[in-house]
Amino acid sequence: MSRLLAARPALAYVLGLAVLSSAATAADLLQPLAKIRAVAAEGKGHGEAVAAAKALAQAEASDLPQILAAMDGANPIATNWLRVAAESVAQRATLAGKLPKADLEKFLAETKHSPRGRRLAYELVAGVDPTAEQRLIPTLLDDPSLELRRDAVAQLLATAAKSTEKPKSIELHKRAFRHARDLDQIKSSSAKLKELGQSPDIAAHMGFVLQWKLIGPFDNIDDRGWDVAYPPEKVVELSAELEGQKGKVRWLTHVTADEFGRVDLNKVLANHKGAIAYAYVEFVADREQPCDLRMGTSNASKVWLNGELIGATHVYHANELVDQYIAKGTLKRGRNTILLKLCQNEQTEVWAQDWAFQLRVCDAIGTAILAQDRPGQKVALRFK
Amino acid sequence: MSKLHLAILALLPFLLAADWLQFRGSENNPVATDAKLLTEFSPDEGVAWKVPVPGRGVSGPIVVGKRVIVTASSGPVHEDRLHVLAYDAASGKELWHRQVWATGRPFHHPTSANAAPTPASDGQRIFAFFSSNDLVCLDLDGNLLWYRGLGHDYPKAGNDVGMASSPLVVGDTVVVQVESQGDSFAAGLDVASGQNRWRIDRPHAANWVSPAILKTADGKSAALLQSADGITAHDPKSGEQLWKFDAKCAGIPSLMTAGGRIFIPAAGITALETTSAGTSPSLLWESNKLGLGNSSPIVHGGRVYALNKAGVLVCGDEQDGDVAWQLRLKGTFWATPLIAGEHLYACNQDGQCLVVKLGKREGELVHSAELGEPFFGSPAADAAGLYLRGAKHLWKIGE
Repeated sequence: MSRLLAARPALAYVLGLAVLSSAATAADLLQPLAKIRAVAAEGKGHGEAVAAAKALAQAEASDLPQILAAMDGANPIATNWLRVAAESVAQRATLAGKLPKADLEKFLAETKHSPRGRRLAYELVAGVDPTAEQRLIPTLLDDPSLELRRDAVAQLLATAAKSTEKPKSIELHKRAFRHARDLDQIKSSSAKLKELGQSPDIAAHMGFVLQWKLIGPFDNIDDRGWDVAYPPEKVVELSAELEGQKGKVRWLTHVTADEFGRVDLNKVLANHKGAIAYAYVEFVADREQPCDLRMGTSNASKVWLNGELIGATHVYHANELVDQYIAKGTLKRGRNTILLKLCQNEQTEVWAQDWAFQLRVCDAIGTAILAQDRPGQKVALRFK
Repeated sequence: MSKLHLAILALLPFLLAADWLQFRGSENNPVATDAKLLTEFSPDEGVAWKVPVPGRGVSGPIVVGKRVIVTASSGPVHEDRLHVLAYDAASGKELWHRQVWATGRPFHHPTSANAAPTPASDGQRIFAFFSSNDLVCLDLDGNLLWYRGLGHDYPKAGNDVGMASSPLVVGDTVVVQVESQGDSFAAGLDVASGQNRWRIDRPHAANWVSPAILKTADGKSAALLQSADGITAHDPKSGEQLWKFDAKCAGIPSLMTAGGRIFIPAAGITALETTSAGTSPSLLWESNKLGLGNSSPIVHGGRVYALNKAGVLVCGDEQDGDVAWQLRLKGTFWATPLIAGEHLYACNQDGQCLVVKLGKREGELVHSAELGEPFFGSPAADAAGLYLRGAKHLWKIGE
């Protein structure tokens, strides 16, 4: 990334200051906000940011939009500094009856601002205005802020639950399902749709990969296989016969029927301990785009996208959850390859026997990215 | 620094005597020396106040300068919103509420929470730590002093069953112990700036215990870190390892210290004698009859108390570990009990708070309060009351 590109959010933030606040006030806060935005990992920038936070806590109520705007393009650490500073200012403003509600609503409406800044603007308004939820949330079903979007979906689900007409209930639940990105809302809306005789495709909605090529077991006694590059890590030849842990092994085709894409390797490859399996899929993308490869597994794992290692988690049996590990990469237009390494250890406890995984491909807010050749495709393809 | 400032600093330990500044109290031994607590109470009697707490939390409260501080976590799927709240200790009125977004791993077992570690304080600052390894430092009025996203800095630090180690304040250093199969370390941060004074690698294995402070008669102190293969003592300022004692330690109950002695959850309890914080300790005794469940040991009045997995409270002699008496309690315990006067208060996940009168020859269950919500966080106390963090509420038991 060029320096100019990297500086874009900061530049946009600085230019925005003039619009958000009077020139005098903007100048007063410009320096402390810049010091806080410079905070980074390992405590970098703390020396100056500590003093800046003290100054910021004394800001006026009218400065709140400016403080929130400083979250635009800020890193997650600086964003949290800014959030707490804004809350201190907002608490004083609320007690004095001076919370700039209209300005905060305006800020919320401007989707150019960071999702977290906008979310905080909403929370501050909702804290003093009981009508805010009904006035502001229903329009946010497609909001880039997952938290605002969630509230909008929740409202829709509440409306749907009250609907006594089946067609209307189906329509509302379908709409909620379509907009939902949080797992619990996807589950609740899809469960209701099933009750209503519909067939929501959770796997497609979330982007779970269902069809895999699998091979294994390879040796992982005493965890020694973690650092061993078995043949699939060098080249994937689906017709090859390879030397495995207990003899020759070949690639198998496996299609999981689990709607959350879970593949149980104990069932497909048998219950091996101290073993490694590889899972491989070719993924045809409609265009070049950033993507998340989100995996859930209780096994140590590695993830390659187009031959590049983009994720590695050397952790055994510490829970298995949807979206547990997120690896970020870039899909190229056309054929991509995804390779997973799934490592099982030799723990004997009952809770340490799972050898399984699930993987979905999606964008940064969890919207599915579907392969163009996905079997049983139920969602409209999005070729340009 | 003026003479007045020096005088205030000199008096600070006494001014704070009634505070409960961190997990298991200011000295990591949950004994409320000055407290005169009620021994009978119920939801309708003896509750000074009870307030709802947002989100979830298995952390305990602390008491700092007439404020009760609690942490909580919330979120629809993952608890990625982290809360720090302050209540007026006298009235229960909410004084302030601050929030941040988790930058580390927010996952945990359903019975735990991102708000699992108990916050800590040096009397002027509050250090709120979370399972996701986010560390927020606030002044007593809720103003941000600094914030560290240790989960952002070290993204593989975490245990998706949930982390639980509480921070420890030693002098002007706040110590965090972050041990997991991924990134695993302990760090000492400058209380004023939040910057690392030191960071050391730790064993790559899941661990839920909290660091403890060792103070010895020569005026020296050390931060003690417990892992599966033993405990290590570290200089609070530099992190330098001063000594190591090998032992097969438990992963949930935490070691504690009292009067220069160290009580380790290993082989039941293993007691060590120290001469100086910087010198290797010697074995005093070990007793597998003083087994520990999830709660940490307590030392008071020449006795050591252990609550085992079966919910049996065992009282042993501090000098030799010999068992004096034992008493079966009801329920499953995660919180470490608290002792005030002659009574021990033990709250369980079944919603009961049990009061045990501690005698020389026996313990007697004198009261069992059904409070109606699970208790996972360890209680706190000041001179005026007992503070309990339930699943939904913060309680003050007192007149």
